[in-house]
Amino acid sequence: MKPAELATCDRTASLEVIVTGLASDAHTWNLVFIQLLLEDLGHRVVNLGPCVPEEEIVESCADHQPDLLVISSVNGHGRHDAKPLIEALRARPDLDGLPVVIGGKLGISEDQREEQARELVAAGFDAVFQEGADLASFEAFVGALPKEVTR
Amino acid sequence: MTQAATTRPRGPVAVHGSRTSFARYVADAQARGVLVVQPRMGFSDPALMRAGLRATRDAAEAVVGTLTIDSYTRVGDELSAVRALNEDHSLNGYPISSLSPHTSRWVLDGVRDPSFPVQVRHGSARPQRIVAALTALGLDATEGGPVSYCLPYGRTPLAESVRNWQQACEFLASLRSTGAEPHLETFGGCMLGQLCPPGLLVALSALEALFFHRAGLRSISLSYAQQTNSEQDVQAIHALRRLAAELLPDTEWHIVLYTYMGLYPRSREGALELLERSAELAVEAGAARLIVKTAAEAHRIPTVAENVEALRVAAAAARDSHRTAVAGARAVPDNPVYTEARALIDAVLGLDADLGRALLTAFAHGYLDVPYCLHPDNAGRSRSCIDESGRLAWSETGSMPLGRVARNAGRLTARGLFDALSFVQSRYDNHFLAPTAAPPRRPRPLAGLSGGTSRR
Repeated sequence: MKPAELATCDRTASLEVIVTGLASDAHTWNLVFIQLLLEDLGHRVVNLGPCVPEEEIVESCADHQPDLLVISSVNGHGRHDAKPLIEALRARPDLDGLPVVIGGKLGISEDQREEQARELVAAGFDAVFQEGADLASFEAFVGALPKEVTR
Repeated sequence: MTQAATTRPRGPVAVHGSRTSFARYVADAQARGVLVVQPRMGFSDPALMRAGLRATRDAAEAVVGTLTIDSYTRVGDELSAVRALNEDHSLNGYPISSLSPHTSRWVLDGVRDPSFPVQVRHGSARPQRIVAALTALGLDATEGGPVSYCLPYGRTPLAESVRNWQQACEFLASLRSTGAEPHLETFGGCMLGQLCPPGLLVALSALEALFFHRAGLRSISLSYAQQTNSEQDVQAIHALRRLAAELLPDTEWHIVLYTYMGLYPRSREGALELLERSAELAVEAGAARLIVKTAAEAHRIPTVAENVEALRVAAAAARDSHRTAVAGARAVPDNPVYTEARALIDAVLGLDADLGRALLTAFAHGYLDVPYCLHPDNAGRSRSCIDESGRLAWSETGSMPLGRVARNAGRLTARGLFDALSFVQSRYDNHFLAPTAAPPRRPRPLAGLSGGTSRR
C-alpha cells in the first residue's frame, strides 16, 4: 500500500507526533523523510531535528503532550543512547501511556539485531523498527494507534 | 563535559617545525600530476586505528591518512566516550581526547611522517578540545568550519559555533610562530551531503575559507562534494578555484573533492563506478585531493580493506584520467554556479566588516538558507529539486538574493523526497541490478537514509 492510499483509508486519524534524533546522532534526512511521511498520512509533526539532548526530548514531550514519539537513529550509537532516554520518559507520570517507537541503524554491527530490539522493548519501547524493516510495518503501527489518546 | 566557550585550547604543543606541511605534500603531488586520495576512517580500538593507517598509507602513490573522531567526542560528551571504552563497546570513530596522548602517539609512531600526513576529521561545533588534543600529538591538519559543522549537525547555536571556531582557528594560526603551517579544510562544500544546490555550497565553502584566512591561517583547502550532474560539478569546482584566487591572498590553497556524500549505490559495481567518476571529476576540474567512499558505504562502516580498495580504485581512475585530459582544462566560459555563489558572498560581506557577525546576520535574514536543514538558526524557507537535466536547482529561494524561481514544485511528499535522495543511488545501481533482481523501489527510511553526512 502506498502512503497516499493509506491516507485515504483513514483521514480522521490526525495524530500529533514528535520526531527526533538522539543526542549524538547528526543525521537529518531520516528525520525529514519521516516528517513528510507522517504529514502525507495527515498527521501533524513537530520535528526536533538531530542531536537533541535527552532532557530536551523529555521536556518537549511534556510540553506538547504528543500522541506519539518517533525516534530515528542511524549512527550506530542508538542502542546505547536510547535506553536512558526511555527510562527517563517512562519515569514521568505526566507522560504515562505515551507510545514511543525507535527505528534505524541502532548498533554498529549487523549481528545482534534481534537481541538489540528485545533489549529496547524490554526497556520500554512500544516498537523497534530495525534496519531492513518494511515501511509498511511502521505505517501499520501508526495507523493502529487510537485517534484520541487518553492519558 | 562541554567546553566552556571562553577556554582556549591548552596543553603541551608538540614541535611542529621541520616537517613537510600538509599543503606542501598536496601541492607536490599536484605538480607531479598525481591526485591525492584520502579515506574516511576512524576506529576506537587503537590497534585497529594504527593498522588502518598503515594499510591505507601503502594503498596508492599519494595518500593522506585520516583519524575520524567518534560522535560522542564530536558533541563534547567525553563521559560517554570514556564509559564506552571502559565497557569495551566499539565507537564509530577514534576518541582522540579520551584516550591518553601516550596511546595516540603509539598509534601514530612510525606511521605518520613527511610522506604520509594525517588529518583529523571530526564535525564538531565545539572543536577546541579536539584541536588541543591533535596539536598535542604534533598533528596540524583538520577540517570543519563555523557554519558547516554547526547547522547540519545539531542544535549548538550558530553564534556559539562562530565563537568556538574563531578560537580554534586563532589557536591553530598561533602555531605558525613555531614554524608550522597548520592546515584547515572547509566542510562548507558538503552541507547535508546532498540536495544543496552548488551555488550555496560553493559560497559557504568560500566564506569559511575566508573566515579561516581572517583568523590568520595561510594553508587552506576548500571542499566541494560531488552532486548529481558532472557538468554542474565542473562548474562548481571552477567557481571555487576562482573565488579562492580572489579571496585568499598569500595563501597556499587547494580544492578537495568529496566523492558523493548522499545515499550511496548498494551494488558493488555501482558504488565503485561512482567513485571512479568522482576521481575523474577531480582531475578534470583541477581538484588536488579526493576523499573517497567505499563499496560498503551504503551498508555499514567500511573495513580497513574496503578503504584500501577504494583508495586504489580512485587513484587508478585518476591516473587514467590524467593521461587523457589536461587537468582543469575544460573551459567554463559562462558559469552560473560562480554567478550564484558570488551573489551570496557579496550579500554576506556587505552585512558587516566582521565575517562572523556577517554570517550570523545572513542566516538570521535568510540570505543564506540551507534547504531541508532543521537547525533552529536556519531560516528553512528554501527548497531544492533535481531538474530534468539532472542538475540541482532551487524550487524555493526564500530570502536569498537569487531572484525568483520559475518552477512551481508543489508540496513535497515523502515519496518525492525519497526519489530525489536516491536519484544518484538508483542511476548507478540500475546499471548493475537487473530489474528482476533489484530490491523493491520501496523506501526503507527508518534505516536506509544513513548515507548522508555522518562519516566525515
